[in-house]
Amino acid sequence: MALPAYASTGQRVWHYSFRIICGLIFFFLIAPILVIIPLSFNAQDFFTFTPEMLALQPEGYSTKHYEDFFTNTDWQLALRNSLKIAPVATVLSVVLGTLAAIGLSQSHVPFRRAIMAILISPMIVPLIISATGMYFFYSNPYIPTPFGKIELPFTLTGTYWGVVLAHAALGIPFVIITVTATLVGFDQSLTRAAANMGAGPVTTFFKVQMPLILPGVVSGGLFAFITSFDEVVVVLFVGSAGQKTLPWQMFTGLREQISPTILAVATILIGISVLLLFVLEMLRRRSERLRGLSPA
Amino acid sequence: MTEVIAADGRPLKASLNRALRRQKLRALALIAPLLIFIMLSFVMPIADMLFRSVENQIVSETLPRTVQALGGWDSDSDAAPGEDVFDALYTDLALASEYKTHTRLGSRLNYEFSGISSLFRKSGRRVGRFETDVYTDTFQDADPAYADPQQWADWMADDAVRAALPVTATTYDDWATMIIEVEGDVPAEEEPADFVYTALYNDAVAGAMLPIAVDLADVTPVSIQAQFADIDEDWLDPDVWQTIKLYAPAYTSGYFLTSVDLMKSPDGVEARPDDEQIYVTLFIRTMIMSLSIMGMCVLLGYPIAWLLANLPDRKANLLMILVLLPFWTSLLVRTSAWKVLLQQQGVINDTLVWIGLVADDSRLQLINNQTGTIIAMTHILLPFMILPLYSVMKTIPPSYLRAAKSLGANDWTAFWRVYFPQSVPGIGAGCILVFILAIGYYITPELVGGTKGVFISNRIAYHISSSLNWGLAAALGSILLAVVLILYWVYDKIVGIDNVKLGG
Repeated sequence: MALPAYASTGQRVWHYSFRIICGLIFFFLIAPILVIIPLSFNAQDFFTFTPEMLALQPEGYSTKHYEDFFTNTDWQLALRNSLKIAPVATVLSVVLGTLAAIGLSQSHVPFRRAIMAILISPMIVPLIISATGMYFFYSNPYIPTPFGKIELPFTLTGTYWGVVLAHAALGIPFVIITVTATLVGFDQSLTRAAANMGAGPVTTFFKVQMPLILPGVVSGGLFAFITSFDEVVVVLFVGSAGQKTLPWQMFTGLREQISPTILAVATILIGISVLLLFVLEMLRRRSERLRGLSPA
Repeated sequence: MTEVIAADGRPLKASLNRALRRQKLRALALIAPLLIFIMLSFVMPIADMLFRSVENQIVSETLPRTVQALGGWDSDSDAAPGEDVFDALYTDLALASEYKTHTRLGSRLNYEFSGISSLFRKSGRRVGRFETDVYTDTFQDADPAYADPQQWADWMADDAVRAALPVTATTYDDWATMIIEVEGDVPAEEEPADFVYTALYNDAVAGAMLPIAVDLADVTPVSIQAQFADIDEDWLDPDVWQTIKLYAPAYTSGYFLTSVDLMKSPDGVEARPDDEQIYVTLFIRTMIMSLSIMGMCVLLGYPIAWLLANLPDRKANLLMILVLLPFWTSLLVRTSAWKVLLQQQGVINDTLVWIGLVADDSRLQLINNQTGTIIAMTHILLPFMILPLYSVMKTIPPSYLRAAKSLGANDWTAFWRVYFPQSVPGIGAGCILVFILAIGYYITPELVGGTKGVFISNRIAYHISSSLNWGLAAALGSILLAVVLILYWVYDKIVGIDNVKLGG
């Protein structure tokens, strides 16, 4: 990649202009996210840099939008709902997803391809279509039988569990993908060794298999969590005002009267994604080390 | 050849088969809970949506008698149907207005023939005040037994009476069901409604034996058709009846035809009027914009992926953060960032004015149009292009390029003839992924697209939450789903769904 000493002028020009182009693209990727952060400390209710801010005067900055976020009942309700929905949906998808991934990773699974395609489909089907279907079905759930529909005596739209179920379904593909990927590198002779030494299937799972696939499970869980935490289309359709989440509140805010508090919330969410990114990177390194792919 | 026997005395082959079967069952038992869960929470809803796109039971459920009577009406004729159809409509509409289902039917048919909605609403209000009380009075004056609810209930429980008065019997049954369901009363304590007496009169005129003979010779028959025409002349319009007859079957292709700007007519399928043709344009626009976003992503993603794949690991990992951070940042955060940046009084326009590229009074219109959608969505989907490209480029040995150059190729030839063809699978994977994601996007176009920059998904959402034309929303969704599933299948063939990489 480095420029050789014998490079011609043309090669030099191209080398540096390529670097500049890449730099601009990186700028395009990261600048919109970084711009939000200083703007969220704007002392005015504007969405642009005020002269005071550009002059770096302290009076140009304030934390009033953050105060608004932490005192406004709407935003607090949204935050609480997000924190109530995402973890439960995550636990559901991680438990069911991990079990299924272990089942799928065994040899001789009949219809493996078809099952995989069905389990991954929530990730591929556009959210608006999932939301439409769930809106119809959850408002009047039924079990189809050859003799006709058995209508269930409850409705899920506008309820907490409706949103949780929907979000769990959306998070499952991520758990399946990450856990299956980790299981590819899992040495099946370890479970045989454990069984050989007298461990039952449950002990083997928790003492041998689980610690080794844990990075995959955790990163799958993080994906599932962020999917639910960020999700807005399905919650708009399936949920009601009582289940409004942070993204919902941001969405309606952006659509109706855009308030600077949104930028404060956005900055907090950016902080959360940085944290997630960090945790994932740690997990990736750990799993590489465990598999001996890279020197410790 | 002797059979090999396992330790427990069975043939080895059988033992192995049994073990294999048990293993399969165990694997399925582990998968089953999730499979059931996904079936119930995801697959069934999608199936339900597909079903709704063709389902059309509302007409035959709300107007069962009318639909049946219309079977005998020649829809090519230029005249409204005869008295028998109006008799049926009278009973159906009187019942429907009690159940309050006539307005829903009106809105449903209004999608196909505008004006029907108000026709049904108006008629539903007035159907209870028809002049058919003449019949009621005649019967009740002739014998008080006809005014006695208990007597009615007894007659209607008597098989001989029922056989003699077929129309009255079914009408009474539906009226009784309505009394129980809507009003919560006991039919044996309520005097039947006028339309039951009308049915009785019709039975009697047709020559049926009444339980108590009544002389009906002096009664002037009430024309139900005239009653309806009195509410609105439109009831005599054969077009209204053609629409009802056209949408009477329990399943319809009508929603799908609307989705592609066609409509049903008595002469077959024909194009909608020009001012109602919006969906084909919208589908084409969705395609073109998704393709442009995909193209932008290739253009911007290819150099980045190349740089990341060819830099030393340490530097590449550092730069990778710049790709992964947007990838992990909330979609709404990124959309709000663009909304703030692209505004007329936003950071980009401010900067351009400050540099002097743009005059203050001619700030660029970057938002609420297609430009806004394309810029914001390219930014949002770019990581989905870079990551698959990167993972493919990582596997191309750099020595190939050096070999090409040592054989005399210049930089461009070496890249274009040697490196690029090997990176094509990555481009394919990235393109399909970005395209699949782009085509179904809702949030970003809704917020930055204005009216010109919205996708088909925004129209689906509109039909669900605003216009309440759920069948059309389902049909549009089904078409979109079909496109996505075809692409998904192609993706699975090329890349393999198990090989989806998340986060590099």
